[in-house]
Amino acid sequence: MPSHDLSSPPAPGQSICRSCWLAAPGLLWMGLFFLAPLALVFAISFASRGTYGGIVWEFTAANYLDLWHPLYGKILGQSLWYASLTTAICFVLGFPLAYMIARSPARWQPVLLLLVMLPFWTNFLVRTYAWMIVLRQDGLLNGLLLALGIVDAPLELLYTPTAVVIGLVYGYLPFMVLPLYVAVERLDPLLVEAAWDLYASRWAIFTRVVVPLTMPGIVGGCVLVFIPSIGSFITPDLLGGARSMMIGNLIQHEYLVVRDWPLGSAVSFVLMAIVMAAVALYYRHAARTAGPTEKR
Amino acid sequence: MSLWGPCLLWLAGALSACGQGAGSDPAGSRPVLHYFTWSDYVGPDIIQEFERRERVKVVIDTFSSNEELLAKLQSGATGYDVAVPSDFMVAIMIQQGLLSELDQQALPNASLLEPHLQALPFDPERRYSIPYLWGSVGIGYDSTVIPTPPDSWAILWDERYKGRISMLNDQREVFGAVLRSMGQSMNSTDPEVIEAAKERLLQQKPLVKTYTSDHYDQLLASGEVVLAHAWGGPVARAMAERPSIRYVVPKEGATLWADCLVVLRTAPQKQLAMRFINYLMEPQVAARTSERLRFASASRPARELVNATTRDNPAVYPPFDQLDRLEWMKDVGRGIRLYDRAWTELKMQ
Repeated sequence: MPSHDLSSPPAPGQSICRSCWLAAPGLLWMGLFFLAPLALVFAISFASRGTYGGIVWEFTAANYLDLWHPLYGKILGQSLWYASLTTAICFVLGFPLAYMIARSPARWQPVLLLLVMLPFWTNFLVRTYAWMIVLRQDGLLNGLLLALGIVDAPLELLYTPTAVVIGLVYGYLPFMVLPLYVAVERLDPLLVEAAWDLYASRWAIFTRVVVPLTMPGIVGGCVLVFIPSIGSFITPDLLGGARSMMIGNLIQHEYLVVRDWPLGSAVSFVLMAIVMAAVALYYRHAARTAGPTEKR
Repeated sequence: MSLWGPCLLWLAGALSACGQGAGSDPAGSRPVLHYFTWSDYVGPDIIQEFERRERVKVVIDTFSSNEELLAKLQSGATGYDVAVPSDFMVAIMIQQGLLSELDQQALPNASLLEPHLQALPFDPERRYSIPYLWGSVGIGYDSTVIPTPPDSWAILWDERYKGRISMLNDQREVFGAVLRSMGQSMNSTDPEVIEAAKERLLQQKPLVKTYTSDHYDQLLASGEVVLAHAWGGPVARAMAERPSIRYVVPKEGATLWADCLVVLRTAPQKQLAMRFINYLMEPQVAARTSERLRFASASRPARELVNATTRDNPAVYPPFDQLDRLEWMKDVGRGIRLYDRAWTELKMQ
């Protein structure tokens, strides 16, 4: 695997400098297009809105104080709930799938992975519209359920919280499957066999052998699903019928509808802080549980 | 297997997902006009005809809301020549110095306007803007489900249609409808009035299936909703698919809107921009646009040229006797915070 090259110690002096140069374009990119805009958003979050929507550069903490209104806590709580539920469902669906792919014959694995990633080749918005056709009252799913006689009247699916979660799980499942696949692929089958030989139950094998050994993949997958789902705004608008708001909708609303960039920036920063705190906690926890096995 | 395969595949997918950038100008030596407009707001044949006639290239970029248009221009986007903001946004753009004065000499077609559009409150002398398409906001409904034509916004609070009502996903329009139904101006900035309007909307929310501004024409046409708070044009489009759809402007009054052609202050091709506006206002071209989009043209001669189904459809051409109950939406300045808070509260209940 190419990553081995990186772990060999660099020759002193010259080669460290050379790797600096190689990193320069990347660092420059991050600095210009990630850190600088972030700093700008941070600065804007302390400004105030002009009468016609521009930015007035007078320092104020009013935007953050405004966010103490219980209304925003409610939006945040709801977003956290949707994102956690999505992550949990993605894990439950994704783990067996990743396991199956990683344990299938080697020649099938690229095909199966391709199938997991295939949806990414179409625009997310188009796929969300497709879900609207599936979930509509006279849509495909209701048609199927009615034809099979499972329900008598079409179910109310579209424009419900269920539809939002379905859309989020659908959208981010591949982000869960891919890191898990990598982790399971690295898992030595002999260790599972050894557990069998030692009369471990199926559950014990899963919780005490498989999960700890694939923890980096689990954490990676959960983070990759949680972060985009907490900030999503297309799915709650289109599949949830815009009947409620997630924090992504609030940010979009402040920026593009109300033209209150300062408040939108403050919301963005609060969201970022919460996500970073959650991820940091997660990683620390994961490092504790997975620590010893990592160094095998 | 190696990790590179999946990584590359993923990257390819991720790239294809964001492959919708602005696009470069495939110009050659011909002058290029940049037209910044709503999506699907001009027929491709109309653009091609202008390109042939003037031996130019027209590049179209789209926005999905007035606020998005303003946000892009305020954040320094340049290179656009002609844009199509709505009434209240024209007022803001004039205030912000984003517009270029029009050369009336170059716009003979723009003087042949419908009488009530000749001197609009936000630009009475048409120094900066020419009204292009206009219409009303009202209620689209299915006459097989609602046999007696509704005449009031109150129908949107009728328990019998629970779960079969859609509202625009637009805070000013939704509050506008309620404020009018309460006998208030839709431009009110009185906190108590807005609070009362919010209470009315909270009562209504359990009946609302969805708040949407883009696909309620399909919802009406498929029968998924039977009452839609709507712009006239999409209702007219739903009628074409489901003939039992009707349109009404409630007696309490509603929004009157006009999208206007403007030339931006930073426009690189000002002369060409004038010729383009004059072309779009040519009666034949305006009539074709009106028939295609099912929005009324501001051009008076165009009204005579559009086919009767378009002209006589009240969802497309608001009858003149309705005009006195329609109201222009105005920018409410800092008052927007009141609407914003109330709207967010409505969504979170």
